[in-house]
Amino acid sequence: MAERPNRPGFETLAIHAGAAPDPTTGARITPIYQSTAFVFDDVDHAASLFNLQTYGYIYSRLTNPTVSVLEERVATLEGGRGAIACASGHAAQLLAFFLFMDPGAEFLASRKLYGGSITQFGRSFQKFDWHVHFVDPEDPENFRRALTPKCRAIFIESLANPGGVVLDLEAISKIAREAGVLLIVDNTLASPYLCRPIEWGADIVIHSTTKYLSGHGNAMGGVVVDSGKFDWGQNDKFKSLTEPEAAYHGLRFHETFGDLAYTVAGHALGLRDLGATLSPMNAFLTLMGIETLPLRMERHVKNAQAVAEFLEKHPAVSWVSYAGLKSSPYRELAQKYLPRGAGALFTFGVKGGYETGVALVENVELLSHLANLGDTRSLIIHPASTTHRQLTPEQQAAAGAGPDVVRLSIGIETADDIIADLDQALAKARK
Amino acid sequence: MDHERYSDAYLRGILKDVHVIAMVGASPHWNRPSYFAMKYLQDKGYRVIPVNPRAKGEKILGEAVYGELSEIPEKVDMVDVFRNSEAAGPIVDQAIAIGAKVVWMQLGVRNEAAAAKAKAAGLQVVMNRCPKIEYSRLHGELAWSGVNTGIISSKRQKKA
Repeated sequence: MAERPNRPGFETLAIHAGAAPDPTTGARITPIYQSTAFVFDDVDHAASLFNLQTYGYIYSRLTNPTVSVLEERVATLEGGRGAIACASGHAAQLLAFFLFMDPGAEFLASRKLYGGSITQFGRSFQKFDWHVHFVDPEDPENFRRALTPKCRAIFIESLANPGGVVLDLEAISKIAREAGVLLIVDNTLASPYLCRPIEWGADIVIHSTTKYLSGHGNAMGGVVVDSGKFDWGQNDKFKSLTEPEAAYHGLRFHETFGDLAYTVAGHALGLRDLGATLSPMNAFLTLMGIETLPLRMERHVKNAQAVAEFLEKHPAVSWVSYAGLKSSPYRELAQKYLPRGAGALFTFGVKGGYETGVALVENVELLSHLANLGDTRSLIIHPASTTHRQLTPEQQAAAGAGPDVVRLSIGIETADDIIADLDQALAKARK
Repeated sequence: MDHERYSDAYLRGILKDVHVIAMVGASPHWNRPSYFAMKYLQDKGYRVIPVNPRAKGEKILGEAVYGELSEIPEKVDMVDVFRNSEAAGPIVDQAIAIGAKVVWMQLGVRNEAAAAKAKAAGLQVVMNRCPKIEYSRLHGELAWSGVNTGIISSKRQKKA
Protein backbone atom coordinates (compact mmCIF):
# COMPACT_ATOMS: atom_id res chain seq x y z
CA MET A 1 0.00 0.00 0.00
CA ALA A 2 1.52 3.33 -1.04
CA GLU A 3 2.17 5.82 1.76
CA ARG A 4 0.52 9.18 1.33
CA PRO A 5 3.30 11.81 1.19
CA ASN A 6 1.59 14.26 3.56
CA ARG A 7 -0.69 14.07 6.53
CA PRO A 8 -4.32 14.51 5.37
CA GLY A 9 -5.69 18.05 5.69
CA PHE A 10 -8.14 19.24 8.33
CA GLU A 11 -11.11 19.11 5.95
CA THR A 12 -10.34 15.47 5.09
CA LEU A 13 -9.88 14.50 8.74
CA ALA A 14 -13.16 16.21 9.69
CA ILE A 15 -14.98 13.73 7.48
CA HIS A 16 -12.82 10.60 7.71
CA ALA A 17 -10.86 10.40 10.97
CA GLY A 18 -12.04 7.48 13.08
CA ALA A 19 -14.51 6.20 10.50
CA ALA A 20 -14.28 3.25 8.12
CA PRO A 21 -16.85 1.24 6.16
CA ASP A 22 -18.53 -1.38 8.32
CA PRO A 23 -16.59 -4.67 7.82
CA THR A 24 -19.71 -6.84 8.04
CA THR A 25 -22.13 -4.96 5.79
CA GLY A 26 -19.95 -2.44 3.93
CA ALA A 27 -22.17 0.39 5.21
CA ARG A 28 -20.26 3.58 4.48
CA ILE A 29 -21.64 5.71 7.32
CA THR A 30 -20.91 4.97 10.99
CA PRO A 31 -23.87 2.99 12.30
CA ILE A 32 -25.69 4.13 15.42
CA TYR A 33 -24.92 1.23 17.71
CA GLN A 34 -28.00 1.50 19.93
CA SER A 35 -26.86 -1.50 21.95
CA THR A 36 -26.09 -1.36 25.62
CA ALA A 37 -24.03 -4.59 25.65
CA PHE A 38 -21.90 -6.80 23.40
CA VAL A 39 -21.44 -10.59 23.28
CA PHE A 40 -18.19 -12.32 24.20
CA ASP A 41 -16.49 -14.98 22.05
CA ASP A 42 -15.94 -17.14 25.14
CA VAL A 43 -15.12 -16.75 28.84
CA ASP A 44 -11.43 -16.21 28.13
CA HIS A 45 -12.29 -13.38 25.74
CA ALA A 46 -14.57 -11.84 28.37
CA ALA A 47 -11.83 -12.06 31.01
CA SER A 48 -9.31 -10.45 28.65
CA LEU A 49 -11.68 -7.57 28.00
CA PHE A 50 -12.35 -6.97 31.69
CA ASN A 51 -8.62 -7.12 32.42
CA LEU A 52 -7.88 -4.55 29.68
CA GLN A 53 -5.70 -7.18 28.00
CA THR A 54 -7.47 -6.94 24.69
CA TYR A 55 -9.64 -4.45 22.80
CA GLY A 56 -13.36 -4.72 22.35
CA TYR A 57 -16.74 -3.76 23.71
CA ILE A 58 -18.42 -4.89 26.90
CA TYR A 59 -20.99 -2.31 28.00
CA SER A 60 -21.86 1.07 26.54
CA ARG A 61 -21.26 2.93 29.78
CA LEU A 62 -17.52 2.42 29.17
CA THR A 63 -17.19 2.24 25.40
CA ASN A 64 -19.50 2.12 22.38
CA PRO A 65 -18.55 1.74 18.70
CA THR A 66 -20.32 4.92 17.52
CA VAL A 67 -18.84 6.91 20.38
CA SER A 68 -15.36 5.51 19.63
CA VAL A 69 -15.51 7.02 16.15
CA LEU A 70 -16.34 10.43 17.61
CA GLU A 71 -13.52 10.12 20.15
CA GLU A 72 -10.97 9.35 17.44
CA ARG A 73 -12.40 12.10 15.22
CA VAL A 74 -11.98 14.83 17.85
CA ALA A 75 -8.63 13.50 19.12
CA THR A 76 -7.29 13.59 15.57
CA LEU A 77 -8.61 17.07 14.79
CA GLU A 78 -7.06 18.43 17.99
CA GLY A 79 -3.76 16.65 17.33
CA GLY A 80 -4.16 14.61 20.51
CA ARG A 81 -3.44 10.98 21.33
CA GLY A 82 -6.90 9.89 22.46
CA ALA A 83 -10.21 11.15 23.77
CA ILE A 84 -13.06 10.30 26.12
CA ALA A 85 -16.55 11.36 25.06
CA CYS A 86 -19.01 12.35 27.77
CA ALA A 87 -22.64 13.26 28.23
CA SER A 88 -21.96 17.02 28.25
CA GLY A 89 -19.18 19.58 28.52
CA HIS A 90 -19.70 19.72 32.28
CA ALA A 91 -19.46 15.93 32.46
CA ALA A 92 -16.22 16.14 30.51
CA GLN A 93 -14.85 18.65 33.01
CA LEU A 94 -15.84 16.48 35.96
CA LEU A 95 -14.26 13.40 34.36
CA ALA A 96 -11.08 15.22 33.38
CA PHE A 97 -10.47 16.36 36.96
CA PHE A 98 -11.70 13.10 38.51
CA LEU A 99 -8.79 11.24 36.92
CA PHE A 100 -6.15 13.16 38.89
CA MET A 101 -7.71 15.13 41.79
CA ASP A 102 -7.89 13.95 45.41
CA PRO A 103 -9.50 15.47 48.53
CA GLY A 104 -7.37 18.44 49.54
CA ALA A 105 -5.86 18.92 46.09
CA GLU A 106 -5.99 22.32 44.39
CA PHE A 107 -6.00 23.85 40.93
CA LEU A 108 -5.92 27.29 39.32
CA ALA A 109 -8.63 28.55 36.98
CA SER A 110 -8.91 31.66 34.87
CA ARG A 111 -11.57 34.13 36.05
CA LYS A 112 -12.66 34.55 32.45
CA LEU A 113 -14.79 31.47 32.08
CA TYR A 114 -18.31 30.40 31.18
CA GLY A 115 -20.42 31.09 34.28
CA GLY A 116 -21.38 27.44 34.56
CA SER A 117 -17.72 26.44 34.90
CA ILE A 118 -17.14 29.03 37.62
CA THR A 119 -20.08 27.58 39.56
CA GLN A 120 -19.02 23.96 38.98
CA PHE A 121 -15.47 24.68 40.18
CA GLY A 122 -16.35 27.09 42.97
CA ARG A 123 -19.32 25.23 44.43
CA SER A 124 -19.72 21.58 43.47
CA PHE A 125 -16.02 20.68 43.27
CA GLN A 126 -15.74 22.01 46.82
CA LYS A 127 -17.98 19.12 47.90
CA PHE A 128 -15.24 16.69 46.84
CA ASP A 129 -12.71 18.81 48.74
CA TRP A 130 -11.16 19.93 45.42
CA HIS A 131 -10.12 23.54 45.78
CA VAL A 132 -9.94 26.14 43.02
CA HIS A 133 -8.06 29.45 43.05
CA PHE A 134 -9.37 31.90 40.45
CA VAL A 135 -6.74 33.95 38.64
CA ASP A 136 -6.94 37.04 36.41
CA PRO A 137 -5.55 35.58 33.17
CA GLU A 138 -4.73 38.91 31.50
CA ASP A 139 -1.17 38.65 32.84
CA PRO A 140 0.04 35.04 32.52
CA GLU A 141 2.48 35.63 35.40
CA ASN A 142 -0.56 35.79 37.69
CA PHE A 143 -0.78 32.02 37.31
CA ARG A 144 2.80 31.55 38.43
CA ARG A 145 2.21 33.83 41.42
CA ALA A 146 -0.94 31.94 42.39
CA LEU A 147 0.58 28.44 42.26
CA THR A 148 0.62 26.50 45.53
CA PRO A 149 2.42 23.20 46.30
CA LYS A 150 -0.92 21.35 46.15
CA CYS A 151 -1.91 22.66 42.70
CA ARG A 152 -2.17 19.97 40.05
CA ALA A 153 -3.58 21.88 37.08
CA ILE A 154 -4.28 25.22 35.43
CA PHE A 155 -7.64 25.55 33.64
CA ILE A 156 -8.33 28.21 31.02
CA GLU A 157 -10.55 28.83 28.01
CA SER A 158 -8.58 29.47 24.81
CA LEU A 159 -11.25 31.87 23.53
CA ALA A 160 -13.23 32.87 26.57
CA ASN A 161 -16.96 33.04 27.14
CA PRO A 162 -18.76 35.47 26.96
CA GLY A 163 -16.68 38.33 25.62
CA GLY A 164 -14.32 36.68 23.16
CA VAL A 165 -11.21 37.22 25.27
CA VAL A 166 -8.07 35.50 23.93
CA LEU A 167 -5.46 34.17 26.35
CA ASP A 168 -1.70 33.82 25.83
CA LEU A 169 -1.64 30.03 25.53
CA GLU A 170 2.07 29.65 24.97
CA ALA A 171 3.07 31.75 27.98
CA ILE A 172 0.64 29.95 30.27
CA SER A 173 1.69 26.51 29.01
CA LYS A 174 5.32 27.36 29.80
CA ILE A 175 4.36 28.25 33.38
CA ALA A 176 2.40 25.00 33.74
CA ARG A 177 5.25 22.92 32.33
CA GLU A 178 7.84 24.51 34.62
CA ALA A 179 5.63 23.82 37.62
CA GLY A 180 4.91 20.20 36.60
CA VAL A 181 1.16 20.79 36.48
CA LEU A 182 -1.39 20.04 33.76
CA LEU A 183 -2.61 22.76 31.44
CA ILE A 184 -6.28 22.08 30.66
CA VAL A 185 -7.82 24.22 27.92
CA ASP A 186 -11.52 24.49 27.16
CA ASN A 187 -11.47 25.03 23.38
CA THR A 188 -15.25 25.03 22.90
CA LEU A 189 -15.64 28.54 21.47
CA ALA A 190 -12.82 28.18 18.95
CA SER A 191 -13.17 24.54 17.88
CA PRO A 192 -10.04 22.81 16.53
CA TYR A 193 -10.61 24.55 13.21
CA LEU A 194 -9.71 27.95 14.66
CA CYS A 195 -7.31 26.90 17.42
CA ARG A 196 -5.43 23.76 18.45
CA PRO A 197 -4.21 24.27 22.03
CA ILE A 198 -2.10 21.09 22.05
CA GLU A 199 0.12 22.74 19.43
CA TRP A 200 0.77 25.49 21.97
CA GLY A 201 1.54 23.15 24.86
CA ALA A 202 -1.84 22.23 26.32
CA ASP A 203 -1.92 18.80 27.97
CA ILE A 204 -5.69 18.29 28.00
CA VAL A 205 -8.34 19.91 25.78
CA ILE A 206 -12.02 19.94 26.66
CA HIS A 207 -15.05 20.62 24.49
CA SER A 208 -18.71 20.94 24.95
CA THR A 209 -19.49 19.14 21.68
CA THR A 210 -23.02 20.56 22.12
CA LYS A 211 -21.67 23.78 20.60
CA TYR A 212 -19.68 24.22 17.37
CA LEU A 213 -18.59 20.58 16.96
CA SER A 214 -22.11 19.25 16.56
CA GLY A 215 -23.03 22.67 15.29
CA HIS A 216 -26.76 22.23 14.97
CA GLY A 217 -28.11 22.70 18.47
CA ASN A 218 -29.48 19.16 18.64
CA ALA A 219 -27.07 16.99 20.62
CA MET A 220 -25.70 17.39 24.15
CA GLY A 221 -22.17 16.11 24.50
CA GLY A 222 -18.66 16.68 25.77
CA VAL A 223 -15.17 15.35 25.15
CA VAL A 224 -11.82 15.27 26.93
CA VAL A 225 -8.79 15.06 24.61
CA ASP A 226 -5.41 13.93 25.94
CA SER A 227 -2.27 15.16 24.21
CA GLY A 228 -0.43 12.04 25.36
CA LYS A 229 2.58 14.23 26.11
CA PHE A 230 2.32 14.83 29.88
CA ASP A 231 4.86 12.97 31.98
CA TRP A 232 2.65 11.54 34.75
CA GLY A 233 5.64 10.27 36.67
CA GLN A 234 7.50 13.60 36.93
CA ASN A 235 6.22 14.18 40.49
CA ASP A 236 3.94 12.39 42.99
CA LYS A 237 0.77 14.33 42.14
CA PHE A 238 -0.77 11.89 39.66
CA LYS A 239 -0.91 8.67 41.65
CA SER A 240 -4.05 7.34 39.98
CA LEU A 241 -2.03 6.99 36.79
CA THR A 242 1.30 5.92 38.25
CA GLU A 243 0.43 3.77 41.26
CA PRO A 244 -1.11 0.28 41.24
CA GLU A 245 -4.86 0.43 40.60
CA ALA A 246 -6.67 -1.94 42.93
CA ALA A 247 -9.72 -2.15 40.67
CA TYR A 248 -7.51 -3.65 37.94
CA HIS A 249 -5.47 -5.96 40.15
CA GLY A 250 -2.48 -3.69 40.62
CA LEU A 251 -2.02 -2.48 37.05
CA ARG A 252 -0.20 0.87 36.68
CA PHE A 253 -1.85 2.79 33.82
CA HIS A 254 1.23 4.85 32.93
CA GLU A 255 3.49 1.82 32.86
CA THR A 256 1.11 -0.46 30.98
CA PHE A 257 -0.32 1.92 28.41
CA GLY A 258 2.37 4.57 27.88
CA ASP A 259 0.95 7.68 26.29
CA LEU A 260 -2.50 6.05 26.12
CA ALA A 261 -2.69 5.95 29.94
CA TYR A 262 -5.04 8.89 30.49
CA THR A 263 -7.33 7.87 27.63
CA VAL A 264 -7.62 4.27 28.85
CA ALA A 265 -8.09 5.38 32.48
CA GLY A 266 -10.72 7.84 31.24
CA HIS A 267 -12.85 4.92 30.06
CA ALA A 268 -11.79 2.19 32.51
CA LEU A 269 -12.05 4.36 35.63
CA GLY A 270 -13.74 7.64 34.67
CA LEU A 271 -16.72 6.53 32.61
CA ARG A 272 -16.95 3.25 34.49
CA ASP A 273 -17.48 4.98 37.86
CA LEU A 274 -19.05 8.32 36.92
CA GLY A 275 -21.29 6.93 34.18
CA ALA A 276 -21.27 10.28 32.35
CA THR A 277 -21.76 8.47 29.07
CA LEU A 278 -22.54 9.97 25.67
CA SER A 279 -25.43 8.30 23.88
CA PRO A 280 -24.68 6.66 20.51
CA MET A 281 -27.40 8.77 18.88
CA ASN A 282 -25.85 12.02 20.12
CA ALA A 283 -22.39 10.80 19.05
CA PHE A 284 -23.79 10.13 15.57
CA LEU A 285 -25.39 13.58 15.30
CA THR A 286 -22.15 15.16 16.48
CA LEU A 287 -20.16 13.23 13.85
CA MET A 288 -22.49 14.50 11.14
CA GLY A 289 -22.01 18.06 12.35
CA ILE A 290 -18.22 17.77 12.49
CA GLU A 291 -18.08 16.82 8.79
CA THR A 292 -18.97 20.40 7.89
CA LEU A 293 -17.04 22.08 10.75
CA PRO A 294 -14.54 23.82 8.43
CA LEU A 295 -17.25 25.27 6.17
CA ARG A 296 -19.43 26.32 9.07
CA MET A 297 -16.65 27.99 11.04
CA GLU A 298 -15.58 29.99 7.98
CA ARG A 299 -19.13 31.34 7.57
CA HIS A 300 -19.58 31.87 11.34
CA VAL A 301 -16.45 34.00 11.48
CA LYS A 302 -17.29 35.99 8.33
CA ASN A 303 -20.78 36.77 9.63
CA ALA A 304 -19.52 37.64 13.11
CA GLN A 305 -17.06 40.14 11.68
CA ALA A 306 -19.82 41.83 9.65
CA VAL A 307 -22.19 41.99 12.62
CA ALA A 308 -19.49 43.24 15.02
CA GLU A 309 -18.53 46.01 12.59
CA PHE A 310 -22.18 47.01 12.19
CA LEU A 311 -22.69 47.16 15.97
CA GLU A 312 -19.49 49.11 16.55
CA LYS A 313 -20.92 51.99 14.50
CA HIS A 314 -24.43 51.78 16.02
CA PRO A 315 -25.61 54.74 18.14
CA ALA A 316 -27.38 52.47 20.67
CA VAL A 317 -24.19 50.48 21.34
CA SER A 318 -21.54 51.70 23.76
CA TRP A 319 -18.82 49.07 23.09
CA VAL A 320 -18.21 45.78 21.28
CA SER A 321 -15.85 43.09 22.58
CA TYR A 322 -14.83 40.99 19.56
CA ALA A 323 -11.20 40.06 18.98
CA GLY A 324 -11.63 40.38 15.19
CA LEU A 325 -12.16 44.14 15.48
CA LYS A 326 -9.25 46.56 15.08
CA SER A 327 -10.32 48.17 18.36
CA SER A 328 -9.94 44.94 20.35
CA PRO A 329 -7.09 44.70 22.85
CA TYR A 330 -6.96 40.96 22.03
CA ARG A 331 -6.42 41.44 18.30
CA GLU A 332 -2.72 40.54 18.37
CA LEU A 333 -3.29 37.44 20.50
CA ALA A 334 -6.14 36.47 18.15
CA GLN A 335 -3.90 36.81 15.12
CA LYS A 336 -1.38 34.49 16.75
CA TYR A 337 -3.69 31.82 18.23
CA LEU A 338 -6.76 32.15 15.99
CA PRO A 339 -5.40 33.16 12.58
CA ARG A 340 -8.49 31.86 10.77
CA GLY A 341 -10.80 34.09 12.78
CA ALA A 342 -11.71 35.12 16.31
CA GLY A 343 -14.77 32.93 16.58
CA ALA A 344 -18.39 33.97 16.40
CA LEU A 345 -19.29 34.54 20.04
CA PHE A 346 -18.91 38.04 21.39
CA THR A 347 -20.49 40.65 23.62
CA PHE A 348 -21.50 44.23 23.31
CA GLY A 349 -22.81 46.87 25.71
CA VAL A 350 -26.16 48.57 25.22
CA LYS A 351 -26.64 52.17 26.25
CA GLY A 352 -29.37 52.06 28.87
CA GLY A 353 -27.93 49.13 30.88
CA TYR A 354 -29.86 46.17 32.29
CA GLU A 355 -33.37 47.22 31.17
CA THR A 356 -32.29 47.94 27.59
CA GLY A 357 -30.44 44.63 27.49
CA VAL A 358 -33.56 42.77 28.56
CA ALA A 359 -35.74 44.70 26.08
CA LEU A 360 -33.35 43.92 23.25
CA VAL A 361 -33.37 40.16 23.75
CA GLU A 362 -37.15 40.19 23.96
CA ASN A 363 -37.56 42.05 20.63
CA VAL A 364 -35.48 40.00 18.23
CA GLU A 365 -37.44 38.02 15.62
CA LEU A 366 -34.80 36.05 13.71
CA LEU A 367 -32.27 35.59 16.51
CA SER A 368 -33.27 33.05 19.16
CA HIS A 369 -33.28 34.08 22.79
CA LEU A 370 -31.90 31.00 24.50
CA ALA A 371 -28.93 29.64 26.44
CA ASN A 372 -26.62 27.95 23.95
CA LEU A 373 -23.96 28.87 21.45
CA GLY A 374 -22.38 27.45 18.35
CA ASP A 375 -25.58 26.73 16.43
CA THR A 376 -26.28 27.39 12.75
CA ARG A 377 -28.99 29.74 14.06
CA SER A 378 -27.98 33.11 15.49
CA LEU A 379 -28.55 33.30 19.23
CA ILE A 380 -28.80 36.11 21.74
CA ILE A 381 -28.75 36.22 25.54
CA HIS A 382 -28.38 38.67 28.39
CA PRO A 383 -25.77 36.91 30.64
CA ALA A 384 -26.42 38.92 33.80
CA SER A 385 -30.01 37.64 33.96
CA THR A 386 -29.22 34.07 32.80
CA THR A 387 -25.92 32.25 32.24
CA HIS A 388 -24.00 34.26 34.82
CA ARG A 389 -27.00 34.87 37.10
CA GLN A 390 -25.66 32.61 39.87
CA LEU A 391 -22.53 34.72 40.26
CA THR A 392 -22.02 37.71 42.55
CA PRO A 393 -21.90 41.17 40.89
CA GLU A 394 -18.11 41.12 41.39
CA GLN A 395 -17.80 37.71 39.73
CA GLN A 396 -20.07 38.89 36.88
CA ALA A 397 -17.91 41.94 36.28
CA ALA A 398 -14.73 39.87 36.41
CA ALA A 399 -16.22 37.42 33.91
CA GLY A 400 -17.27 40.19 31.51
CA ALA A 401 -20.99 39.68 32.19
CA GLY A 402 -22.07 42.98 33.76
CA PRO A 403 -25.66 44.34 33.60
CA ASP A 404 -25.36 46.09 30.20
CA VAL A 405 -23.76 43.12 28.45
CA VAL A 406 -25.53 41.28 25.64
CA ARG A 407 -23.96 38.11 24.21
CA LEU A 408 -24.33 37.05 20.58
CA SER A 409 -23.60 33.68 19.02
CA ILE A 410 -23.63 34.55 15.33
CA GLY A 411 -24.96 31.82 13.06
CA ILE A 412 -24.65 31.10 9.37
CA GLU A 413 -27.81 32.77 8.09
CA THR A 414 -27.55 35.56 5.49
CA ALA A 415 -25.49 38.26 7.22
CA ASP A 416 -27.79 41.08 6.15
CA ASP A 417 -30.75 39.32 7.79
CA ILE A 418 -28.93 39.01 11.11
CA ILE A 419 -27.96 42.68 10.98
CA ALA A 420 -31.48 43.80 10.04
CA ASP A 421 -32.97 41.89 12.99
CA LEU A 422 -30.55 43.42 15.47
CA ASP A 423 -31.18 46.88 13.99
CA GLN A 424 -34.95 46.69 14.45
CA ALA A 425 -34.66 45.18 17.94
CA LEU A 426 -32.19 47.86 19.07
CA ALA A 427 -34.60 50.53 17.82
CA LYS A 428 -37.49 49.00 19.79
CA ALA A 429 -35.34 48.52 22.93
CA ARG A 430 -34.40 52.18 23.12
CA LYS A 431 -37.99 53.39 23.28
CA MET B 1 16.08 6.05 9.87
CA ASP B 2 14.13 8.32 12.15
CA HIS B 3 13.39 6.21 15.22
CA GLU B 4 10.83 8.70 16.45
CA ARG B 5 8.53 8.06 13.48
CA TYR B 6 8.01 4.76 11.71
CA SER B 7 5.89 4.65 8.59
CA ASP B 8 2.77 2.48 8.73
CA ALA B 9 4.17 0.49 5.78
CA TYR B 10 7.37 -0.31 7.71
CA LEU B 11 5.46 -1.55 10.75
CA ARG B 12 2.87 -3.44 8.70
CA GLY B 13 5.66 -5.18 6.83
CA ILE B 14 7.33 -6.37 10.03
CA LEU B 15 4.07 -7.53 11.63
CA LYS B 16 3.14 -9.42 8.46
CA ASP B 17 6.48 -11.19 7.92
CA VAL B 18 7.11 -12.17 11.55
CA HIS B 19 5.64 -15.44 12.88
CA VAL B 20 7.79 -16.47 15.86
CA ILE B 21 8.58 -13.90 18.55
CA ALA B 22 10.99 -14.39 21.44
CA MET B 23 9.85 -12.11 24.29
CA VAL B 24 12.80 -11.29 26.56
CA GLY B 25 11.56 -10.18 29.99
CA ALA B 26 8.21 -11.98 29.78
CA SER B 27 6.56 -12.06 33.19
CA PRO B 28 4.62 -15.05 34.60
CA HIS B 29 2.34 -12.61 36.49
CA TRP B 30 -0.92 -12.12 34.64
CA ASN B 31 -1.34 -8.40 35.41
CA ARG B 32 2.05 -7.30 34.07
CA PRO B 33 2.34 -5.42 30.74
CA SER B 34 4.46 -8.18 29.15
CA TYR B 35 1.80 -10.77 29.94
CA PHE B 36 -0.83 -8.51 28.29
CA ALA B 37 1.29 -8.19 25.18
CA MET B 38 2.10 -11.92 25.03
CA LYS B 39 -1.55 -12.93 25.37
CA TYR B 40 -2.69 -10.49 22.72
CA LEU B 41 -0.01 -11.50 20.21
CA GLN B 42 -0.81 -15.19 20.76
CA ASP B 43 -4.50 -14.43 20.10
CA LYS B 44 -3.50 -12.84 16.80
CA GLY B 45 -1.67 -15.97 15.67
CA TYR B 46 1.94 -15.27 16.61
CA ARG B 47 4.05 -17.90 18.38
CA VAL B 48 5.50 -16.15 21.42
CA ILE B 49 8.40 -17.84 23.24
CA PRO B 50 9.08 -16.34 26.69
CA VAL B 51 12.66 -15.73 27.85
CA ASN B 52 13.22 -14.91 31.53
CA PRO B 53 16.05 -16.43 33.66
CA ARG B 54 13.98 -15.94 36.84
CA ALA B 55 11.12 -18.05 35.45
CA LYS B 56 13.24 -20.58 33.60
CA GLY B 57 11.59 -23.97 33.42
CA GLU B 58 8.12 -22.59 34.21
CA LYS B 59 5.33 -22.11 31.68
CA ILE B 60 3.69 -18.86 30.68
CA LEU B 61 0.47 -19.06 28.66
CA GLY B 62 1.30 -22.62 27.64
CA GLU B 63 4.86 -21.87 26.50
CA ALA B 64 8.03 -23.16 28.23
CA VAL B 65 10.22 -20.32 29.55
CA TYR B 66 13.90 -20.23 28.48
CA GLY B 67 16.73 -18.59 30.40
CA GLU B 68 18.45 -17.09 27.36
CA LEU B 69 17.79 -16.53 23.64
CA SER B 70 20.52 -19.00 22.71
CA GLU B 71 18.63 -21.84 24.43
CA ILE B 72 15.62 -21.59 22.09
CA PRO B 73 15.66 -24.58 19.73
CA GLU B 74 13.38 -23.07 17.07
CA LYS B 75 14.00 -20.32 14.54
CA VAL B 76 13.08 -16.91 15.97
CA ASP B 77 11.93 -14.12 13.62
CA MET B 78 11.71 -11.25 16.08
CA VAL B 79 13.16 -10.48 19.51
CA ASP B 80 10.80 -8.37 21.63
CA VAL B 81 12.74 -6.50 24.35
CA PHE B 82 10.73 -6.09 27.57
CA ARG B 83 13.77 -5.02 29.56
CA ASN B 84 15.31 -1.61 30.22
CA SER B 85 17.33 0.38 27.66
CA GLU B 86 20.68 -0.68 29.12
CA ALA B 87 19.81 -4.37 29.03
CA ALA B 88 18.83 -3.98 25.37
CA GLY B 89 22.53 -3.88 24.39
CA PRO B 90 23.49 -7.48 25.24
CA ILE B 91 20.05 -8.72 24.13
CA VAL B 92 20.59 -7.26 20.67
CA ASP B 93 23.97 -9.02 20.47
CA GLN B 94 22.25 -12.32 21.20
CA ALA B 95 19.46 -11.56 18.73
CA ILE B 96 22.02 -11.07 15.99
CA ALA B 97 23.78 -14.28 17.03
CA ILE B 98 20.63 -16.41 16.78
CA GLY B 99 19.78 -15.02 13.33
CA ALA B 100 16.66 -13.02 14.20
CA LYS B 101 15.37 -10.68 11.49
CA VAL B 102 13.83 -8.00 13.74
CA VAL B 103 14.64 -6.37 17.09
CA TRP B 104 11.65 -4.66 18.67
CA MET B 105 12.12 -2.59 21.86
CA GLN B 106 9.09 -1.83 24.03
CA LEU B 107 7.69 1.49 25.25
CA GLY B 108 10.36 3.59 26.89
CA VAL B 109 13.15 1.27 25.72
CA ARG B 110 15.69 3.06 23.50
CA ASN B 111 19.29 2.11 22.80
CA GLU B 112 20.75 3.91 19.78
CA ALA B 113 24.06 2.00 19.85
CA ALA B 114 22.33 -1.36 19.94
CA ALA B 115 19.95 -0.25 17.17
CA ALA B 116 22.87 0.76 14.96
CA LYS B 117 24.56 -2.59 15.57
CA ALA B 118 21.41 -4.50 14.67
CA LYS B 119 20.90 -2.45 11.53
CA ALA B 120 24.48 -3.00 10.46
CA ALA B 121 23.93 -6.74 10.85
CA GLY B 122 20.93 -6.52 8.50
CA LEU B 123 18.13 -6.58 11.11
CA GLN B 124 15.09 -4.30 11.16
CA VAL B 125 14.73 -2.24 14.33
CA VAL B 126 11.77 -0.69 16.17
CA MET B 127 12.22 1.27 19.42
CA ASN B 128 9.83 2.74 22.01
CA ARG B 129 6.77 0.97 20.62
CA CYS B 130 4.58 -1.91 21.74
CA PRO B 131 3.77 -4.55 19.09
CA LYS B 132 0.36 -5.05 20.72
CA ILE B 133 -0.48 -1.34 20.37
CA GLU B 134 0.92 -1.10 16.82
CA TYR B 135 -0.83 -4.27 15.64
CA SER B 136 -4.13 -3.08 17.09
CA ARG B 137 -3.65 0.41 15.67
CA LEU B 138 -3.00 -0.83 12.14
CA HIS B 139 -5.78 -3.40 12.19
CA GLY B 140 -8.59 -1.25 13.50
CA GLU B 141 -8.88 -2.52 17.08
CA LEU B 142 -7.09 0.35 18.81
CA ALA B 143 -9.71 2.68 17.32
CA TRP B 144 -12.18 0.95 19.65
CA SER B 145 -10.45 2.77 22.55
CA GLY B 146 -11.05 6.30 21.25
CA VAL B 147 -7.45 6.69 20.14
CA ASN B 148 -6.02 8.72 17.25
CA THR B 149 -4.74 5.84 15.11
CA GLY B 150 -3.64 7.96 12.16
CA ILE B 151 -5.37 5.55 9.81
CA ILE B 152 -7.54 7.12 7.09
CA SER B 153 -9.11 4.58 4.75
CA SER B 154 -12.34 4.00 2.89
CA LYS B 155 -11.62 0.33 2.39
CA ARG B 156 -13.75 -2.35 4.02
CA GLN B 157 -11.43 -4.18 6.42
CA LYS B 158 -11.59 -7.83 7.45
CA LYS B 159 -11.86 -8.63 11.17
CA ALA B 160 -8.36 -8.52 12.73
